[in-house]
Amino acid sequence: MLQEKIVRRLEEIVGKENVQTGQEDRIAYSYDGTPLLEKLPEAVVFPETADQVAAILQLANEERFAVVPRGSGTGLSGGAIPAEHSISLVFTRWNRILELDEENLTVKVQPGVITAQVHQEVEKKGLFYPPDPGSMNVCTIGGNIAENAGGLRGLKYGVTKDYVMGLEVVLPTGEVARFGDKNVKDVAGYNLKDLIIGSEGTLGIVTQALLKLIPRPQSVKTILAYFPHVGNAAQTVSDIIAAHILPATLEFLDQTTIRCVEGFAQIGLPTDIGALLLIEVDGHPAQVEEEAQKIRPICTRNGATEVLVAKDEAEALRLKTARRAAFTALARVKPTTVLEDATVPRSKLAAMVEKVEEVARKYSLTIGTFGHAGDGNLHPTILTDERDKQEMTRAEKALEEIFDFAMQLGGTITGEHGVGLAKRPFFEKWIDPGARAMSERLKRALDPNLVLNPGKVFSLSPHCELPFPDAVRKPEHVF
Amino acid sequence: MAEGTGMMLNPLDVPDEEILTRCIHCGLCLQVCPTYNLTFRERSSPRGRIRLIRAVLRGELDITDGFAEEMNFCLDCQACQTVCPAGVRYGRLVEASRVLVARSGKDRGRWIKRFFFRRVFPHAARLKRISKWLRFYQQSIRPLLKKTGVFRWLPAKLRNIEPLAPPVSPFFSDEILPEYIRPNGRVRYRIGFLRGCLMNTMFADINLDTVEVLLVNGCEIWNPAHQVCCGSLAAHNGDFEVARELARKNVDAFFQTELDAIVVNSAGCGAFMKEYGELLADDPEYAEKAHRFSALVKDVHEFLDGIELVPPEHPVQERITYDDACHLIHTQGISEEPRRLLRKIPGVDLVELEEASWCCGSAGIYNIVHYETSMQILARKIEHILETGARIVATGNPGCLVQLRAGVRERGLPIRVVHPISLLRQSYGERARYFERGNSGDARD
Repeated sequence: MLQEKIVRRLEEIVGKENVQTGQEDRIAYSYDGTPLLEKLPEAVVFPETADQVAAILQLANEERFAVVPRGSGTGLSGGAIPAEHSISLVFTRWNRILELDEENLTVKVQPGVITAQVHQEVEKKGLFYPPDPGSMNVCTIGGNIAENAGGLRGLKYGVTKDYVMGLEVVLPTGEVARFGDKNVKDVAGYNLKDLIIGSEGTLGIVTQALLKLIPRPQSVKTILAYFPHVGNAAQTVSDIIAAHILPATLEFLDQTTIRCVEGFAQIGLPTDIGALLLIEVDGHPAQVEEEAQKIRPICTRNGATEVLVAKDEAEALRLKTARRAAFTALARVKPTTVLEDATVPRSKLAAMVEKVEEVARKYSLTIGTFGHAGDGNLHPTILTDERDKQEMTRAEKALEEIFDFAMQLGGTITGEHGVGLAKRPFFEKWIDPGARAMSERLKRALDPNLVLNPGKVFSLSPHCELPFPDAVRKPEHVF
Repeated sequence: MAEGTGMMLNPLDVPDEEILTRCIHCGLCLQVCPTYNLTFRERSSPRGRIRLIRAVLRGELDITDGFAEEMNFCLDCQACQTVCPAGVRYGRLVEASRVLVARSGKDRGRWIKRFFFRRVFPHAARLKRISKWLRFYQQSIRPLLKKTGVFRWLPAKLRNIEPLAPPVSPFFSDEILPEYIRPNGRVRYRIGFLRGCLMNTMFADINLDTVEVLLVNGCEIWNPAHQVCCGSLAAHNGDFEVARELARKNVDAFFQTELDAIVVNSAGCGAFMKEYGELLADDPEYAEKAHRFSALVKDVHEFLDGIELVPPEHPVQERITYDDACHLIHTQGISEEPRRLLRKIPGVDLVELEEASWCCGSAGIYNIVHYETSMQILARKIEHILETGARIVATGNPGCLVQLRAGVRERGLPIRVVHPISLLRQSYGERARYFERGNSGDARD
């Protein structure tokens, strides 16, 4: 346990009410959105200024305890799971939008702001912040930046890194660093913000962010296409891209996922089709109309049994909300949902989808597949029960086979969820040795005592070599 | 509870392991949880509480004061159930955990709860007697206390919660409504009517409105004399024993005759009576009857929306907003029905309320036990009501009516808080006049 004097020091830094050491709070911060991983932090601390965060990290270096930053805890790779001898640093109370600059099209926010709140605020002014991760109603901007979160609109608009203009960051050793500003062009010095974005909270803690906005698209059309087989849908995706159309959203759901989503949302999706695509085109009304016209025959040529257009914004919203529920809805089938994030070049999508089906048959598993098909980013989700040891072993093998195949296709082990703890074993297999060495040197240079979110992405300290030193349960299953 | 020895335990009394494992801790519930959005502390969220309950069941956590506090800090509004794609029945878990807390003796406010849920609500006569005292106090003593300034000397806590006691109706609905009521003209449906305890004593006018609207729509009404409190307040506070006893009495009272539906105008009562089947599932004598009973229970909006409604004719020229009662939208899945009914009233300009599906902070006796939190939640609601510019707020549950009326009154706002059915009754006009009522309504409204 954290020594009494350290708790006192923490209380001096953030105030007594912002340090919790009770068993209830420790349990409530022992997990995030990732299955099968949990570990108790020794304290939970809620900072609300960069100076407080800096002081906490200085203390961590002095006293050698680990600091694990955390937003809303919706991550799917275990990035916010407490480390050995660690405190959980929680940003949810630090959640204000500081400034909306309509002349420069930027918004300045505190790290704990909920992503969807940024959407709501800027959309009132006719502006648009495109990154929209599945959990956007819950997740925080700080977490999005740490994980370089993607979302449903990635195909046309890119991901979080494309919308960060400036950051205030506390370094692992406790110094505050600021870089980037409202300048569209700025090449003075290293591009430090891209070092922090996607570093999974291992190189620095974001304490303020300046985000880029764009004008809100004037017009949107949402299309739903039903297919008899997953292969048809996947081929349609490749064909749409090959026809040089870039929809904002191009989402894929297979039958298992459709059934679960319909079970929850009850919006009248057919449960007997093989797959569906949710396609959204946006932009100038004339362009939207033209693209929608082109998409229809591509779907039909690939065997679509029906191509529907959402009649109004409310219906489009219902469809997208249902899609966002996909991951959790799969838990209706079985209680343990092992979600993957393999991503392949878009031309290889059909091959990947078929491989997932084959693997499911081979290991007699139920796999629900959904995801951002337009980005080649699928989430095959193995539906299992952690209490069934045999099935869990088969699930592990299936995962490995899916990853190996994705790598053969020139893909990556994670498109948007991050490596965290869950994908660390695969990361070591996947990463180029030169890149691995560079990453390690960076981490050691910035965090010599390895206090900031240690053990995430890759493992550096010898006593931490095991994937999960003393997890409360199930140390053998780490995905 | 200490005297719980020999108490029958049924699956509802223990948090269900299957429901617990269904939660994959994705966190989607955090966005709609009123208590989490006050504290931003994970243990005050549905996901956090589920994890705490799991820890208790697995022996990793004792029933600590913190655990007890957290289980009772929950409003049990079940907004999280509505957004949960995995279908986790969170309400079940938290209610069962309250049984654990109650039995451990760590329950804050247990004396007041036990007094009301064991000694008052189950006994109609006692409730009425207490209500009469309260009415005497509200009509005669309270003005005197105010006038003489003595009121100011009352302890702050008492002064705070005193306005939350709903004004007692000048008459009780069971004093006016006969046991058997026939509509003028053709009988279309035979329905049973639950008077409720609060509805009978504090909202007697709404009960009359409801019965009259049903009569206009050709319902023959069975209002059994021996019906009792539905038991929901007891159950939601961890006393399933009392709740089961009441459920059995109601099943007997209503099943004296054939019915097409049992209609309820209080969201909380309706929600609970729909669960009698599960509540009495282990009772060999009552299981089957309770199951049939639950299948017949219909919220009044649900019932009226499902039949061919006699068109309301007199215009109600008002801007109205509708606030979802948790036990309608989250527990019973009823949200469009009341809105559709209100839109059928000529002249009504129905505007949507921001966060209409959020709890108002009433939550049974939550506003008494957790006064401060409840008032913070209420303030958020009142702000949204003001944004609509509506002069009338409609909501279908007694607790919400009390809470919203208190909120509106405290700020001196010219806003009426009514049950949707009262507006429908108003629009039917003279044709719905079946009963005379003295000076009806909320004395302070």
